[in-house]
Amino acid sequence: MGDFKFPYFFDYPPYFTLQPVQDTREKQMQLWKELILRYCQHHKCFIINLEQEFPLFQNLSIQRKLSFEAREMFLAALVAEGKAEWLDKAHKKCLVLWRSIQEWSEMILQLVRDNAMEDGVLTLDEIQSGDESRGTELAGIDRFVLVRALKLLEQRGKAAMFKGKAGDDEGVKFSAS
Amino acid sequence: MGSGSRWAERLLESGALSDAGRPLLGPGEVECQLLDGVDIEVVDSGVEGDPLRSGLLILTNARMFWVHQHSRSAFFLPLSSVSRISAPRKGLKSVFSSTLRLRGAAAAHSSVTLLLSFRGHASSFDNLVSQLGAVLQSRAWETLPAAAVNPSTASASTPSSHWNPSRAGVSGILRKEQEQWEQTDKNLQEAFHDLNALMGKAKEMVLLADKMRARLLTEGSASGSQQELHDLLLSVGIASPVTKESAGALYHQQLSRQLADFVGSPLQSAGGMLALVDVYCLFNRARGTELISPEDLLQACDLWDRLDVPVMLRRFDSGALAIQIKSKSDDEVVARIMRLVDDLRTGVGAREAAKCLGVAPALAKEHLFSAEARGFLCRDDGPDGLRFYTNFFKDAQFP
Repeated sequence: MGDFKFPYFFDYPPYFTLQPVQDTREKQMQLWKELILRYCQHHKCFIINLEQEFPLFQNLSIQRKLSFEAREMFLAALVAEGKAEWLDKAHKKCLVLWRSIQEWSEMILQLVRDNAMEDGVLTLDEIQSGDESRGTELAGIDRFVLVRALKLLEQRGKAAMFKGKAGDDEGVKFSAS
Repeated sequence: MGSGSRWAERLLESGALSDAGRPLLGPGEVECQLLDGVDIEVVDSGVEGDPLRSGLLILTNARMFWVHQHSRSAFFLPLSSVSRISAPRKGLKSVFSSTLRLRGAAAAHSSVTLLLSFRGHASSFDNLVSQLGAVLQSRAWETLPAAAVNPSTASASTPSSHWNPSRAGVSGILRKEQEQWEQTDKNLQEAFHDLNALMGKAKEMVLLADKMRARLLTEGSASGSQQELHDLLLSVGIASPVTKESAGALYHQQLSRQLADFVGSPLQSAGGMLALVDVYCLFNRARGTELISPEDLLQACDLWDRLDVPVMLRRFDSGALAIQIKSKSDDEVVARIMRLVDDLRTGVGAREAAKCLGVAPALAKEHLFSAEARGFLCRDDGPDGLRFYTNFFKDAQFP
């Protein structure tokens, strides 16, 4: 996984100014939404905190950065599209779903099949950073997202989560055969 | 203008009109009264012809113009050739309109009688008649061409043909100056006693002002009062301001035309566009007295839509108003801006645009906003202020 390749327009100063003309602004928003998703996917970044610096929203070589208003607007647009969720009422923390929960749950099922664990048990930790998931997209998945994906599998009857013994991690029993 | 009105071309002289349809006045010639809807016909003179119908009658202190704005035709009669004016014989015509007979010499005819008739309010016509009487009496045209009335030669002490010792030396010069100032003072006093006389003296005043200004300029900045005087005399320009009095209900129309004439040359030197506030200042400064209000200016500009003039009022999205030469189209301006905005690294700010377009920075900014609104440009709000780039968003894609 090499360095993230920024698109050519990332070096154009107007890209970082919220455009007042409606048509131009819509195009700008499209570009930013796509860029956010691609960047987060590359860096396995799941959460964007508006109150903190996020390296994507500035370009030091041209000395420009997106205003708070712009950042909020672009994230809200992602949320409206279903590609992100606000984690707090104040809309300061945003969960970026460059893969939908549905897609994550499918990937977990794939992992289970690839490792012949259709009736097996895994801890959440193992799914996040164990041998089985190394090299797959699941490696490094956010815990919150993982739980949501597993809950979806629970609803479909393909899995059941359980709490481990005191001190042990949460686990999941699959019935995916 | 039918062929039946050919007599006008033979008997009367053709008057020259400005681009905006106002008659060109001579030096020292001042408008006294305007009346719209006047017919002129020739009677009892052995000349046949149809009347000139419904034109604008403009009375100056030297001539009487009849102007038909629609067909851009104008004729005039020098007042010096009028020998008699009289009320007409009572007849059917005078029941429905006010009329006046003018007798005078015209072209090859030693005596020609013209009949003016007006179907509007009798009082307006009576005003005109009394003005005409006053103007004929003052015979201003006799003094007009001798325009270079030099206050110093009008001074009481005529320059003697042989040398007078009392004129020698510094005291002699000082005495001469003193006499000139006394004469000037006398002129001013006489002028201000009678406003009518002031209008007549207006030409003298203009020359006096010019002289004083020249003198003040060469003397350099002197005491405060001299500076004040300098400011007061600064721009004496239009000798015949169109006032509400002389034009009555036509005020806005004539003002509108006068404004269109005036604004032509400042527009050229400002690259084709001027902010309305600038025009307001320039126009009023040139008028000197009888200043117009901002509302009058706006109304005058709005009237341009109905008149055939080469200028227009431009309203920008931001609410700013400017006056523009009609030929400068927006697309031309946009094309020039686009050629300038080649560099995607630095973009274009108001100052560069102003230089390229040859207009004031505030107006250049308006042009940039306008081009942005039309989708040609996008903006960068950076630490160096607002700059504009080609709208790359339109075709931007991820590689």
